[in-house]
Amino acid sequence: MVRVRLEFSGGLELLFGNQKECEVDVPVASGQQELTAGHLILWARDNMLQERPELFVKGNSVRPGILVLINECDWELCGAGESTISEGDHVVFISTLHGG
Amino acid sequence: MSPPDQTTLPSNCDDASTLRVQNEALRNQVDTLQEQLAALKAELEAARGLTATAADTIAPTPADAPRRASCGPCGGDPSTSAPTAPPAHPPRAPPRHGLSRAQAERYSRHLLLPAFGVAAQERLCRGSVLIVGCGGLGSPAAMYLAAAGVGRLGLVDHDSVDVSNLHRQVMHSTARVGMHKALSGRLTCAAINPTVQVEAHVCGLSPASALALVDGYDVVIDASDNPATRYLVSDACVVAGKPLVSAAAVGTDGQLTVYNHGPDGPCYRCLFPESPSPENCSRCGEAGVLGVVPGVMGCLQALEAIKLLSGVGEVASKKLTLFDALSGRFTTVRLRGRSPGCVACGASPALTRASLPDYDYVLFTGQPPDDGPPPDLQLLDAAARLAPAEVAALLAAEANGAEANGAAAADGAAEAVAEAGEQGPEAGAKRGEDEARAGAESSTGSAGPAGPGPRRGVLLLDVRPQAQYDVMALPGAVHVPFERLDERLGEVLALCGAPAGSTPAGSSAAESSAANSAPTSASAAEAAPQGAAVDAPEAAAAGAGNHPPPRPRVVVLCRRGNNSQRVAARLAALGVEGVTDMVGGYQAWARQVDPAMPLL
Ligand SMILES: [Zn+2]
Repeated sequence: MVRVRLEFSGGLELLFGNQKECEVDVPVASGQQELTAGHLILWARDNMLQERPELFVKGNSVRPGILVLINECDWELCGAGESTISEGDHVVFISTLHGG
Repeated sequence: MSPPDQTTLPSNCDDASTLRVQNEALRNQVDTLQEQLAALKAELEAARGLTATAADTIAPTPADAPRRASCGPCGGDPSTSAPTAPPAHPPRAPPRHGLSRAQAERYSRHLLLPAFGVAAQERLCRGSVLIVGCGGLGSPAAMYLAAAGVGRLGLVDHDSVDVSNLHRQVMHSTARVGMHKALSGRLTCAAINPTVQVEAHVCGLSPASALALVDGYDVVIDASDNPATRYLVSDACVVAGKPLVSAAAVGTDGQLTVYNHGPDGPCYRCLFPESPSPENCSRCGEAGVLGVVPGVMGCLQALEAIKLLSGVGEVASKKLTLFDALSGRFTTVRLRGRSPGCVACGASPALTRASLPDYDYVLFTGQPPDDGPPPDLQLLDAAARLAPAEVAALLAAEANGAEANGAAAADGAAEAVAEAGEQGPEAGAKRGEDEARAGAESSTGSAGPAGPGPRRGVLLLDVRPQAQYDVMALPGAVHVPFERLDERLGEVLALCGAPAGSTPAGSSAAESSAANSAPTSASAAEAAPQGAAVDAPEAAAAGAGNHPPPRPRVVVLCRRGNNSQRVAARLAALGVEGVTDMVGGYQAWARQVDPAMPLL
């Protein structure tokens, strides 16, 4: 189990029962040594998402328009779906906004 | 006065929209110059007054009273501003900057600021900013940039001021409802600082006109409200080589970054190569927005534009600032750099000066380039749907029928409905029964406006979000938000007199007996003389060996008439007979039936 601090914003929190922040214990995928961001997404979909999964995931990753931030950093800078998530990491899923 | 930039636009372009942009720009310039002239005349008058007063007491005429003729963005060349004639004023070193006395006074608090100073202010006064969108973000951005003395501002918006804009779009006012936002914005900016040149572009930004507009300015601010425009602005900035200050705000969240800046700053497409689906885009017109939130973000945009023009401070490139208004928190996160494979700013871009004007942004984003309501769906048979006037007639007939029966049954039922909305499923089901009975009692034989057949009680099912229901609703409407329909489906089906999906065995029996008894009870009520009909439903139900309530006529209501169709179609598929909806929802009701109802 890896303890992760999850945060949803930009409207994504609505898909997760309107909770913006929570701490969760995420199991490492079987046959894997470490928890990856990609696995965390699927785990959140299966265990936390309350409605309309098609607005959160597409294939094995997040939908276009959603940024993933690991410890205040764009996940593209640390390997995207392959990024390793360690104990105590802060992962933010944020939907890009268009309103003005 | 520097020559207007727009007159130097390429004239070989036969594109009508480019010509329109040119015309508009020239018109703008005439207007702006006239405004500046008026401001200068006023200043001159004031200065003459001062001179006259001063002449009475002090012999020498202050040479700086008639200010430098150059009123534009920035004063003239410093060398020419040194007096050539022997000074007729107290000793003063020639200014080492290009600001006029009026400018030096107006921007004095910038000049006093060690981190900013006169050189930064001069750069600001020579600079120009294009603001795409004159709404909640564009308002404070434009006002602060005008106040700060940016030489030339371009305001882009095709829309006009609506009363629902005013809680956040602070550049406009109640008196300007209906006016073009770009024109209203120009008035406000000119009032704040008449020495700034403000150009209004009332046609909005289109792929055909975008490059001509963006080429004419140093910095671009994306203050738009939809993905199609956001991709277009970003692409145009990449092609034209301009930095783009981008922000967005919905609900209580705000975001800000600067695109296309520095050696490896990303563009919008680097971050979002694939457009989000329309369902992933919440809009202010649907989700609402706390007015101050775009205000905060628009101010930050003005700040980034000032930093870009003045060269002071660190620009938010490769950084995303997130504002959470409810927790009062700003977070800044690191973003990726330019993507080599980006179709706009990558190594071999598909988007170029030649291809951009023909790019289909509506196709790419799947959304029109505005923040308007979604298109009207047509899920139900159009003939079966009810216009607001028909719903009104149905409700009136129901109320009259109850009155004719000498009973306040309908009123009682309506009150019960209102209570049921707050009391939960059981009370709701009980109320449905009461109301349905009231409908049967009230039958006078005349067919309702919805078509022939026995009249039944009317069940108004309101599926709008709680926030909208809290503002206003039709009396007696049962409120079940669209998002909660699944979890309250059993309750809703019971109200509608349809079998509950959760108890298939019992309910299918109830449904078949209801199907058998309903026409009987209704026709009995219709055939019987008034007064005798009162017991008919019970008698008929008793005859069927069960007590199924006569099923009400279900009319689903929402804000605009799309979700109501979705719900009606769903209920119909689950066995609710004759369920329909109100065309155009509460908005149509407010426009066509009850103008006193607030139009949300
Ligand atoms: Zn790019």
